[in-house]
Amino acid sequence: MSLKIIVLAKQVPDTRNVGKDAMKADGTVNRAALPAIFNPEDLNALEQALRLKDEFPGSTVTLLTMGPSRAADIIREGLFRGADDGYLLTDRVFAGADTLATSYALHMAIKKIGRFDLIISGRQAIDGDTAQVGPQVAEKLGISQITYAEEIQSVKNGKITVKRRLERGVEIVEGKLPVLVTVNDSAPNCRPRNAKLIQRYKYAKTASERQAESNDYVNICNSRACINIEEWSATDVNADAKQCGLSGSPTKVKKIENVVFQIKENKTFDSSDSQIEALMVELITNHTIG
Amino acid sequence: MMNNLFVYLEIENGKVEDVSLELLTKGRTLASKLNCRLEAVAVGSQLEKTGEQVFPYGVDVLHLFDDARLYPYTSQPHTSVLVKLFKEEKPQIALMGATSIGRDLGPRVSSALFSGLTADCTALEIGDHEEKKEGKTYANLLYQIRPAFGGNIVATIVNPDNRPQMATVREGVMKKEILNADYQGKTIIYDVKKYLSETDFVINVIERHIESSKVNIKSAPIIVSGGYGMGSKENFQLLYDLANTIGAEVGASRAAVDAGFAEHERQIGQTGVTVRPKLYIACGISGQIQHIAGMQDASMIIAVNNDPNAPINAIADYVVTGDVEQVIPKMIKYYKKNSK
Repeated sequence: MSLKIIVLAKQVPDTRNVGKDAMKADGTVNRAALPAIFNPEDLNALEQALRLKDEFPGSTVTLLTMGPSRAADIIREGLFRGADDGYLLTDRVFAGADTLATSYALHMAIKKIGRFDLIISGRQAIDGDTAQVGPQVAEKLGISQITYAEEIQSVKNGKITVKRRLERGVEIVEGKLPVLVTVNDSAPNCRPRNAKLIQRYKYAKTASERQAESNDYVNICNSRACINIEEWSATDVNADAKQCGLSGSPTKVKKIENVVFQIKENKTFDSSDSQIEALMVELITNHTIG
Repeated sequence: MMNNLFVYLEIENGKVEDVSLELLTKGRTLASKLNCRLEAVAVGSQLEKTGEQVFPYGVDVLHLFDDARLYPYTSQPHTSVLVKLFKEEKPQIALMGATSIGRDLGPRVSSALFSGLTADCTALEIGDHEEKKEGKTYANLLYQIRPAFGGNIVATIVNPDNRPQMATVREGVMKKEILNADYQGKTIIYDVKKYLSETDFVINVIERHIESSKVNIKSAPIIVSGGYGMGSKENFQLLYDLANTIGAEVGASRAAVDAGFAEHERQIGQTGVTVRPKLYIACGISGQIQHIAGMQDASMIIAVNNDPNAPINAIADYVVTGDVEQVIPKMIKYYKKNSK
């Protein structure tokens, strides 16, 4: 048995390590200060896909991402770790998409890819933390979903068994293929890049990246087979522009505010015995503790 | 009367979960402001005690879908019930918990109905909205307010044209408050078969272990919380020592949980639990906005940090500048010395 697996991935700004320069003076986000990374839970998802590929030789793992042209980086990253190919969905029409418009575009691209047994994605992306796109894609494709997966335990006879890690417990569920699975960060980390695969795929580029390259690169490409990362526009996946991007998004951002907390006057202490004792006496006297 | 405010109830072993009761409390306030009804939807099995649990929160109508196959929760059957019910009832607003269930169900329902959904709201308000480009104005929309971008900004989201306006809210963010113990609502019992198809039952739950939370930081009056600055899992023991001495629970920042210093269920902040204790002692927590969002409503805040310029100091009532490894044992020592 071989499986056709699609992994949905997103390139995100690394919001986990937000420094002081991450916000501009005007209160907007300084994206340039944040490195763009492979969304962490999407890497957990990729690992689950690669394990199935190891178990069932002949299986294929196809990455699908939507984003600007630089998002081709995460497809290469996936190829270095063991994915077979990837598609970059990129078009100005997609700009400003909320989760629903994103799921519409992704599901049209999945239809274009065609047959699949399994779609795996991270539970959520760290730049939004919504966990919505996976289930919204599943609904649009009319397939079932298994969210919060920690481990795909088995796939056989068209059935899949998954261990789910929920907020307050664990569930083992069984479902029929095809199904969409979203994977938690409690799942095993993704395997590292493989040196041979880096050699094989370092020249994997999209058509627009090729155009921007120098003649040296073109020469390399003419002398050896270079993998093409397919770039798809809205038209390529037969997407209705009205359902894409800003116009396809029912949610609108009314207002963005920089977070400002009410600054309190405070009493300060150092770590000397007398100061800490004074603090504890004050807390006891004013009945805060004790 | 149509276009009411609906709350999806999470029910575990016949008991309506706190997150749903909190949403009913908030929903009641919003429904009164909108002059519409507050309606609740119960989907599950053995739901006969649901009404008595939710009517005191001011529920006007309870929609009951009782079928053995609807418990435990699976995605598609609950989606089918809500999608068909919402098509019939056309709610203007639908709220659900930002839980493992609500975050599985909400997006499916929104995708089927083409309605906007905002995850993890920290505040919900009613207000007007103008789309300047189109010259259109909208009255009484749901303002869905949530932190974004790792908590560094707060966004107000509206859904001008699509209904219902959907939002999820985490447990502990809204307050739970009974409106009137004798509040009279009516129950509508549905013929479940009309809302489901056999093909909805494609996922089977084989095993299930759901624990009621062992850690009860949400209702603890005093919380001793540690951040990445605690340095190690071993140093976290200092926090347990202090907590045991003064009668507190132990919390943690996301950075401390990510580093493996504390369990996930102790995480306080935008992606954890929101707390409002009488006293919050933040140890080795620098005060990333995503953490502050989950504890800023504490009545009193003590910050213990070796950085005198840690952002958390700005919102603290007491700032202790020093090494947590020195300060915490001294706090224990001088509490014991001075308390009876």
